[in-house]
Amino acid sequence: MSVLSVLRITLAKDLRMEWRSKDAINSMLFFALLVVVIFSFSFDLTADESRQIAGGLIWVALLFAAVVALNQTWARELRNQVLDAYRVSPAPAESLFLAKTIGNFLFVAILELLMTPLFIVFYNLRSIGPVYQLILASVLGNWALVVNGTFFGAMSIRTRSREVLLPLILFPISIPALLAMVGATTSTLTGEGSAHLSLVFLAVYDVVFTLLGLFLFETVLQAE
Amino acid sequence: MKSKFAIFALLTFVLLSWGLYQALVGAPTEATMGQVQRIFYYHVPNAWVMELCFPLNFLASIIYLVNRKAAIDAFAVATAEVGVVFCTVVLLTGPIWARPVWGIWWTWDARLTSTLVLWLIYVGYLMLRKLSTGGPNPVLAASFAIFGCIDAVFVFMAIRWFRTQHPKPVFAGGADSGIDPRMMHAFLINLLAFTCYGALLVWIRYSLERTRQKVDEAHAMKSLLHQEARSSR
Amino acid sequence: MIPSSENQVPAVALEQVSKLYGRFAALRMLSGEFAAGRLYLILGENGAGKSTLLRVIAGLIHPSHGKLAILDSGDLKTVRPQLGYMAHASMLYDELSGRENLAYFAALYGIRVQATGDRAMRTVGLDPELDRRVGQYSQGMRQRLSLARAILNDPRILLLDEPFSNVDIGSARDMTRLLGSMRDSGKTIFLVTHQPALLEGVADESVYMSAGRIVERVQHRASSATLQAAEAQP
Repeated sequence: MSVLSVLRITLAKDLRMEWRSKDAINSMLFFALLVVVIFSFSFDLTADESRQIAGGLIWVALLFAAVVALNQTWARELRNQVLDAYRVSPAPAESLFLAKTIGNFLFVAILELLMTPLFIVFYNLRSIGPVYQLILASVLGNWALVVNGTFFGAMSIRTRSREVLLPLILFPISIPALLAMVGATTSTLTGEGSAHLSLVFLAVYDVVFTLLGLFLFETVLQAE
Repeated sequence: MKSKFAIFALLTFVLLSWGLYQALVGAPTEATMGQVQRIFYYHVPNAWVMELCFPLNFLASIIYLVNRKAAIDAFAVATAEVGVVFCTVVLLTGPIWARPVWGIWWTWDARLTSTLVLWLIYVGYLMLRKLSTGGPNPVLAASFAIFGCIDAVFVFMAIRWFRTQHPKPVFAGGADSGIDPRMMHAFLINLLAFTCYGALLVWIRYSLERTRQKVDEAHAMKSLLHQEARSSR
Repeated sequence: MIPSSENQVPAVALEQVSKLYGRFAALRMLSGEFAAGRLYLILGENGAGKSTLLRVIAGLIHPSHGKLAILDSGDLKTVRPQLGYMAHASMLYDELSGRENLAYFAALYGIRVQATGDRAMRTVGLDPELDRRVGQYSQGMRQRLSLARAILNDPRILLLDEPFSNVDIGSARDMTRLLGSMRDSGKTIFLVTHQPALLEGVADESVYMSAGRIVERVQHRASSATLQAAEAQP
């Protein structure tokens, strides 16, 4: 039984469940909306200023919102102890990790698509640099958040404190990726400096942590 | 074991006292920074001990995942906790020096920022350990430590590359331009003293954790062997 | 029915197996062999370690000390396809229908045929066409579906943790009959229950546990190996 076939069927199952309940997407969207609105109330900005800080705000909002979705996807596996059914089966652990990561990636991508117009309206944004850099940054940044988030979600859900722990361990680890995402976004929005270094950095970060997650996931899944 | 520990503790105490004397009296007062420069004799050795502790924690975590020996896990806890303590001291002594010299408590320069992020990562590690007691604690902690240490490499690169727009504080005088040999002397003694001090603390914390593990094991063995202890109640 | 050579290998062999949680010993030095093709009842009061024993055999918990061999293999990973495990919780997704649930879990065993899940559902007396999410199932139906999930991969060893809790007496009798016929077809079944009366006449052996130990094993029927031996000598 191949890693890919179990991956595909697990991802399809997750998407179907999310399509029916829409728990993760709804709570994530509303949460992100709240963050954006509260931020724009808290700062009174001119167009130039908002271009300077919007990159930071977008990613912080996404990071907070992603935590909501990440916790939901694992909480679903814990209900009725379904995760044990996966653990007793011969299905490879890597498939579960990748399926969850891709699922979360899609959720956060939808969030990005819906948030971008919101940001443009609320913060009067217009990109001065090339737009393709923004797209690249959102894809690579998204993956950087969810790959670690999915791994740590599987860890924190198994502990006594459940959901509380995830942000405590995910945020510090995500700081370098966050710096690169914000760097790429800001330099594209303001047209100052090059985003290339940040994008390469993010790509390397993504590859390293995806491999590390794949390598250690079975250990964490079968830990007791 | 006990006598070795006593000798080592005594040696550390002597070194620390001597280091204190050298730092406060032996070394001359720095020309431009004044008395406050003397905090360097503590600040830098503390940073050094911290930089020793975290890689040791990384190594211990990898070894633990391979052989699952409780003693290795105890060592990982010890190095992480001592590392966080020394890191805290670094973060506290830095601003004390920076305020009179730079005129500000804090600046987001590369070294300060990366130390702070490192501190956050390892406090996260300790939180994970604390919040997952009774569960799959050591395995999760070891996995996280590996993530944390690899992440630290990215932290250093990211901060160097992406946060350069911030003002770099100017070193008054420049400590690297011809240090007084007495200063160097005081610094080296303190470096040695604090390394011993760090090792001593790791040793103490390690034996404490080992004792705790052994007490738990003994209790478990007792409950394994005497079934009446529980079933009769 | 099945070659007797297969019966020679014990389904589960325990050697001084202990499980410690901190200072608490959940299992204390369990030893013993469990021959294949038999139905074992595991009995005892709450906290005696019954569920822990099943989870150790299922490979969900690693013993702190001692050795465990399943189907003569010490590597529990390789025997996973041969195990079926039904826990106290349903281990099903409430948001999916019964058929969708089984299709997913079958895929985890590399089974991609719809018919397998449908057959398992019919075996336990559920209608595969039923278009209802598991969250809306009655407790009895959920237990049946949970059993269907455990037998999807046609396991040689079946581990059942209180399959009759909250199940009406009729459903329980159906399930008992089914388990009896599965045992007759050569499967080894370990069943934790508080209602041993339900399995009277079906169970081969009762294993009594107390405070993490196996305190007594009572044979209700001789093992097939000893029966065959007895038949061979007129």
